[in-house]
Amino acid sequence: MRRLTWFNATSLTLGFAFLYLPMLILIVFSFNASKLVTVWAGFSTQWYGELLRNEAFLDAAWVTLKVGLASSTLATVLGTMAAYVMVRGGRFFGRTLFSGMIYAPLVMPEVITGLSLLLLFISIGLDRGVFTIVLAHTTFSMCYVSVVVSSRLVSFDRSIEEAALDLGCTPFDAFRSVTLPIIAPAVISGWLLAFTLSLDDLVIASFTAGPSATTLPIKIFSSVRLGVSPEINALSTIMIGIVAVGVITASLVSKRMIARQARDEQQAVHS
Amino acid sequence: MAQSVFAPWADPNEKPLIQFRNVTKRFGDFTAIDDLTLDIFRREFFALLGPSGCGKTTLMRMLAGFEAPTEGTITLDGKDISPVPPHKREVNMMFQSYALFPHLTVYDNIAFGLKRSDMSRDEIAARVEQMLKMVQLQKFARRKPHQISGGQRQRVALARSLAKAPKLLLLDEPLGALDRKLREETQFELMDIQEKTGTTFVIVTHDQEEAMTVASRVAVMDHGKVIQVDTPDRIYETPNCVYVADFIGDVNLIEGNAYPAGDDRVSIEWAEGQPGIIATPAGAVEAGARITFAIRPEKVAICRDRPEDLPNAVRGRILDIAYLGNISTYHVALPSGHVIKAQTANDRRIARRSFTWEDEVWLGWTATAGVVLTQ
Amino acid sequence: MTGWGDRLRGRIVVAVPYLWLMLLFMVPFGIVLKISLSDYAVSIPPYTPTLDPSAGWSGFQDFLGELDFENFVWLTQDALYWKAYLSSLKIAVISTALTLLVGYPIAYGMANAPDEWRPTLMMLVILPFWTSFLIRVYAWMGILSQEGFLNQFLMWTGLTAEPLTILNTNTAVYIGIVYTYLPFMILPIYATLEKLDASLLEAAADLGCTRVQAFWLVTAPLSKSGVIAGCFLVFIPAIGEFVIPSLLGGSRTLMIGKVLWEEFFSNRDWPVASAVAVILLMILVIPIILFQRNEQKQREAEQ
Repeated sequence: MRRLTWFNATSLTLGFAFLYLPMLILIVFSFNASKLVTVWAGFSTQWYGELLRNEAFLDAAWVTLKVGLASSTLATVLGTMAAYVMVRGGRFFGRTLFSGMIYAPLVMPEVITGLSLLLLFISIGLDRGVFTIVLAHTTFSMCYVSVVVSSRLVSFDRSIEEAALDLGCTPFDAFRSVTLPIIAPAVISGWLLAFTLSLDDLVIASFTAGPSATTLPIKIFSSVRLGVSPEINALSTIMIGIVAVGVITASLVSKRMIARQARDEQQAVHS
Repeated sequence: MAQSVFAPWADPNEKPLIQFRNVTKRFGDFTAIDDLTLDIFRREFFALLGPSGCGKTTLMRMLAGFEAPTEGTITLDGKDISPVPPHKREVNMMFQSYALFPHLTVYDNIAFGLKRSDMSRDEIAARVEQMLKMVQLQKFARRKPHQISGGQRQRVALARSLAKAPKLLLLDEPLGALDRKLREETQFELMDIQEKTGTTFVIVTHDQEEAMTVASRVAVMDHGKVIQVDTPDRIYETPNCVYVADFIGDVNLIEGNAYPAGDDRVSIEWAEGQPGIIATPAGAVEAGARITFAIRPEKVAICRDRPEDLPNAVRGRILDIAYLGNISTYHVALPSGHVIKAQTANDRRIARRSFTWEDEVWLGWTATAGVVLTQ
Repeated sequence: MTGWGDRLRGRIVVAVPYLWLMLLFMVPFGIVLKISLSDYAVSIPPYTPTLDPSAGWSGFQDFLGELDFENFVWLTQDALYWKAYLSSLKIAVISTALTLLVGYPIAYGMANAPDEWRPTLMMLVILPFWTSFLIRVYAWMGILSQEGFLNQFLMWTGLTAEPLTILNTNTAVYIGIVYTYLPFMILPIYATLEKLDASLLEAAADLGCTRVQAFWLVTAPLSKSGVIAGCFLVFIPAIGEFVIPSLLGGSRTLMIGKVLWEEFFSNRDWPVASAVAVILLMILVIPIILFQRNEQKQREAEQ
């Protein structure tokens, strides 16, 4: 029996209030007319206007977007390959080391990842900029992609691949025409995860960016260190909005797909 | 019946389609297949029967090309198939889970293998239509696998694996996921399709009834070895060891020592104070040899009075009655402590049944009713 | 078994991610290790020795001879580093415990909510995870400051007469960690609680347990693996945390991630920063291994 007792109702209400109130306050005060972020002085969208006129922010956003798209795409390709190797690769030399290298970046503190990559780029004389951030982001987000994809591969009935081989596919052909279409949802969510991680990252980007490239989180961090500002509130609101719309849309779409599948199966039983 | 005439294994001039020669397969320390030699002939419906872990699935996966033998050779049509990868073998498999491609329609699932051959588009369409017709799924061609029922999925899997007209079709527990009634219907459908297409079928199953129903020959396996290969009736009537007798059907097993009793018969000493069991062994038995006497319950008659016309008769008390509708099984306890099962067909209504619990009865059987097993 | 082309493809699939991780994960880490054994120098790069490939084997030997553990000795002597490590551990432990305290009731409430609510609740927990970490930490700056909303609220209710100083203290760091890592605690606990068979509680009640007893005797032990997983998922990243202490903590909040950052960017002492990183990693190895073991046990139990 699942009943909503007063205890559960209270803990859910308080819990979700704790999770969402801070963001709600942030959003509300991005529409504040006053420069003081804690005193309400009437509704205004002036900070959004200021934000759109702020070249430095726009440049940083553009850099972030470029880095995000490039690194998440690269990470998805590499991460999917790595997942396939981990789950289907059988035995090969250095397998333990390989799986260690996949999992280690997930628990590695960002400061260490950032520091070590920076030291690498300096020692091989690579100029720091967008390119180095892309390399750094690809490296840690490919591990997240590979975890997402490999959990799908593990639950995937191996005999489906064998059936493809049995019916005349070469292994590569089987991967392309059977495995990939089936794991596509996991690959897409891996890409989304990699993209968000890249957009979100401050520490690793700070180490690997160099003076020529500034990403949005670096820009936000340097201005936030000086204190709260309504412009940052406006920027945060936009970012929260994009994420909320994205996640809610994605979940509605998948919900509808599940419902349709259930209906189809119902049909099959009655036909 | 066609089966009674069809016996290529008895013809020394017939060349087997598949030959296993001293095949061993090890996974690390575990020996899945142990020095196995086996012939399977063209147009056979061959069943590999055994408990899980006996190596039957490994045997099948070696035929499909998913595993390579550690030692020994497997030949198909006289050619060693070990260097041939799965996608180049003229062998197709129907998977236990069906392994239908969830993102493709029924039509595309069946066409999948054909598209990877050099058939033209029109030929493929014609072949898929033919397969759909064979399994009566024309109406469902555009559905996805999750939009059809379990029985329909099973038929799609069958059609898909037969579409390329393989020399050999492997079926891995093909009916395991179906309920009993559908399973029985499908068994006959499978036999029908096998006969029509003339394809050699090798089926892996742990269900003895299924193996007995569909197969022309059954190989009973245990611990990576083939224990007995024979036609279903011979497997049932003349098992070659206790394992096979016990694995197939219900059986009474009585241990004892055999002594010659003239006329190729033996007398089996099995309990103090009981007369010896008169039986007819298949081969010579050493005097005093330790043997197991196996007799099927339906071959044991149960009667109120001593059956004078039977060479074997023992007296006991009814312990239990299992009423199964068409038949009843009586568990009869003998004074020696043995419990013997006897089966009778219920050709009368229940009110007229002659025996009940605690009744003293006689059990009797002929000299050829049971088998003498030396191993 | 397979053709030459397939074998080549197979090799490439293994080799590309393997080499990538070798070059961009293992090699950089080797460099960190090497620099941690080098000496600080006012030059570019700011450390010696540097490996001179033209000097050949003897150059390599000279290079090895100049490496030493001086930086590690230095870390043990300067109280700053000791304190930073200990205070990172302390902050991580306390905030993990607080996160558990906050997260468990939420996970419990979710697992006992009506079925049709649960996907929505689940999404509400995951949603913040997709939102920028930096923004979520930043949101608290306006709440915890002297004239912030929390103080306004407390003074309005009359709980305090004077505004409390919360921002730039360890308390603010605790709040920040609990807030940002809460989903990591809720999700694994929810996963174990959701799998819990409701008939177990009915059986416990049938055998004479009160609701509270049934919770302690049945629900709590059965959700242990989720609790352990959640705790590690909060504890491990909390130790190396940088953003939260630097935005919410004060100058007296010592956390090792922050020390490393300052050592590197402000003092430009690369060898010491590297040594700090090496020790931080060594501290993390133990909880990571314990976490892996817990996951392993969990997987085995499910099979």
